Amino acid sequence: MAVIHSAPKCASNEGVADALKGALGDAVTGVHEEHGEILISISREKLADVMRSLRDDHAYQQLMEIAGVDYPSRAERFEVCYCLLSVTKNHRVIVKVCTDEAKPVPSITGIWPNAGWLEREVFDMYGVLFAGNEDLRRILTDYGFEGHPFRKDFPLSGYVELRYSEEDKRVVYQPVTLAQDFRSFDFMSPWEGADYVLPGDEKAAESPAPPTVDIPKTTEKPSDTGAGAKTDAKADDKVAAAPAQTDGGKAADAPTPTEDRPARKSRKGKTKDTAQATEPKKDNGI
Amino acid sequence: MTMQLEQSPTTGDEVITNYTINFGPQHPAAHGVLRMVMELDGEIIERVDPHVGLLHRGTEKLIEYKTYLQALPYFDRLDYCSPLAQEYSYILAIEKLLNVEVPIRAQYLRVLFAELTRICNHMLNLGSHVMDVGAMTPNLWMFEIREDCLNFFERASGARMHSAWFRPGGVHQDVPLKLLTDIGDWLDTRLPELFEDAMSLVVDNRIFKQRNVDIALVSKEDALAWGFSGPMIRAAGIAWDLRKSQPYDVYDRMDFEIPVGTNSDCYDRFMVRVEEVRQSAKIMKQCLAEMPEGPIASSDRKVVPPKRGEMKSSMEALIHHFKLYTEGFHVPAGEVYVATESPKGEFGVYLVSDGSNKPYRCKIRPTAFSHLQAMDMMCKGHMLPDATAILGAIDVVFGECDR
Repeated sequence: MAVIHSAPKCASNEGVADALKGALGDAVTGVHEEHGEILISISREKLADVMRSLRDDHAYQQLMEIAGVDYPSRAERFEVCYCLLSVTKNHRVIVKVCTDEAKPVPSITGIWPNAGWLEREVFDMYGVLFAGNEDLRRILTDYGFEGHPFRKDFPLSGYVELRYSEEDKRVVYQPVTLAQDFRSFDFMSPWEGADYVLPGDEKAAESPAPPTVDIPKTTEKPSDTGAGAKTDAKADDKVAAAPAQTDGGKAADAPTPTEDRPARKSRKGKTKDTAQATEPKKDNGI
Repeated sequence: MTMQLEQSPTTGDEVITNYTINFGPQHPAAHGVLRMVMELDGEIIERVDPHVGLLHRGTEKLIEYKTYLQALPYFDRLDYCSPLAQEYSYILAIEKLLNVEVPIRAQYLRVLFAELTRICNHMLNLGSHVMDVGAMTPNLWMFEIREDCLNFFERASGARMHSAWFRPGGVHQDVPLKLLTDIGDWLDTRLPELFEDAMSLVVDNRIFKQRNVDIALVSKEDALAWGFSGPMIRAAGIAWDLRKSQPYDVYDRMDFEIPVGTNSDCYDRFMVRVEEVRQSAKIMKQCLAEMPEGPIASSDRKVVPPKRGEMKSSMEALIHHFKLYTEGFHVPAGEVYVATESPKGEFGVYLVSDGSNKPYRCKIRPTAFSHLQAMDMMCKGHMLPDATAILGAIDVVFGECDR
């Protein structure tokens, strides 16, 4: 696909992925190139060696970012992505490892000192452990916070809220109460990606599936459409006569007309009585 | 401030060994809510442990629950001193995934306003930096310039700070010609007058130099290892600017210089920013001179909603408008890391899409995180008042650091 966007253009990716794959050997479990990014998946145990090699042999001098991503459906649910930058080659790569709640990822604080806080953040948000990081405290959440908020199974509202208690003269934590229901809008088209059953759709499961058609009905030629001279000729034909009016009188079960109210006395004031205006005209020949 | 007195282990006398003090979280020189636990030997800093996260709002989590367009205004609120620069990384990440072409006028407009944002940001930083080390007047003058910048943002987008004006595929609205001519006049008259006046008070000032020269020296190797970017890495003598090396939009057409420092101290960081303001003005003048007429957003109706006028008369446009503002556009599955040169350094967005209308994961790479982490390395051996100069030279904003 031709690149027409105007996002940052760095040095060409051509051949870089293969060269890195060859150089890093069996530590690499997969190389993926998409949207102009090179994503290298590596085995967790060899992370430190790979990173050292990328920094020293392949001139990726800077560690810009460590991003955690949570994929709850995977066996090893967390992905830790290291974004590296080479200022000499003007190039970026993303190195990924997978892990779960229990298996620690080797720390790379010995290679890049700024990995310390970045690993602390991934630990704080996802609960990924980093073996060798000596200062693995929480960093962004509150002192004494429990849980790992960026996991997909952590609710957006959280579990606790805090307020200042006038009795205790301090800030107290209490279970979160939502004044109104959490509004989660599902804008996906129901026939594309809804994860709920549409009303009435539950019947579809009970009845057998419709038979499959081997040859789908298509309209390839004009004759398939049913249009043409023959059809045009028929178009003038009367479809069917309107049903004849058999009974000129009133319908059988028409309601009985309401009776007129007795006439009132005319008003005394200057304004005219509008009684006549509401009467139907008698002389229009109906 | 709390103070810990320790018993001397040898003599039994009560001597002051090391203080541990809290710098912040409410301190005017902390530039927001930063708590630094400092271990002091007399007035010499032995160790600094910055505690960040007091302004953590869970932006990245909130973004996962919003459509791509609804998530955009969160970026204004990260670094609230340079809102448009934050949006820039995000929309470029979306455009990279969508591979959508942006009209040339929109690219010029984005570069123009990104540079205006840079000036706006540097006015605040330079002003507060000189105020942190004791000078008052330049800050007031530079806030005048900042006020002008905010007025320009208001005239373009309707909002002084949280513009939400950059959109995937272009910008939200075209600007009137009068605004462009006014910016041109401002660049020729008011900006250089006020700015050079303010700088003439500071750059050769003896007190200012005493407070900043040779403070927090960082070698080139350290700057690379600690993940420095922006003015911090340029002050270390590395001519690294994403606008030059990895140009986006029409930056490759712009003619500008990258200022670099020679000594890598707080004074160099300050002076790099001063020169960046002049270079930004140069870029803006080129934008104004070269900007063509034309559309300001992509014509791809699956990404950019139609304007209201078109919507009122065309059924097709009405449907597109409705779909784009309720369901939003779908972004092809994939992941990208896009970084732009924000006024504070490399501001990156690591965007993971699962093909739906909401980001699966949006990791924001704040500039201040790496710089603040190096506080301990930079402060060691300096005096307590130097910490404010170092912080000022980092240019830290906690909306962005804590997210």
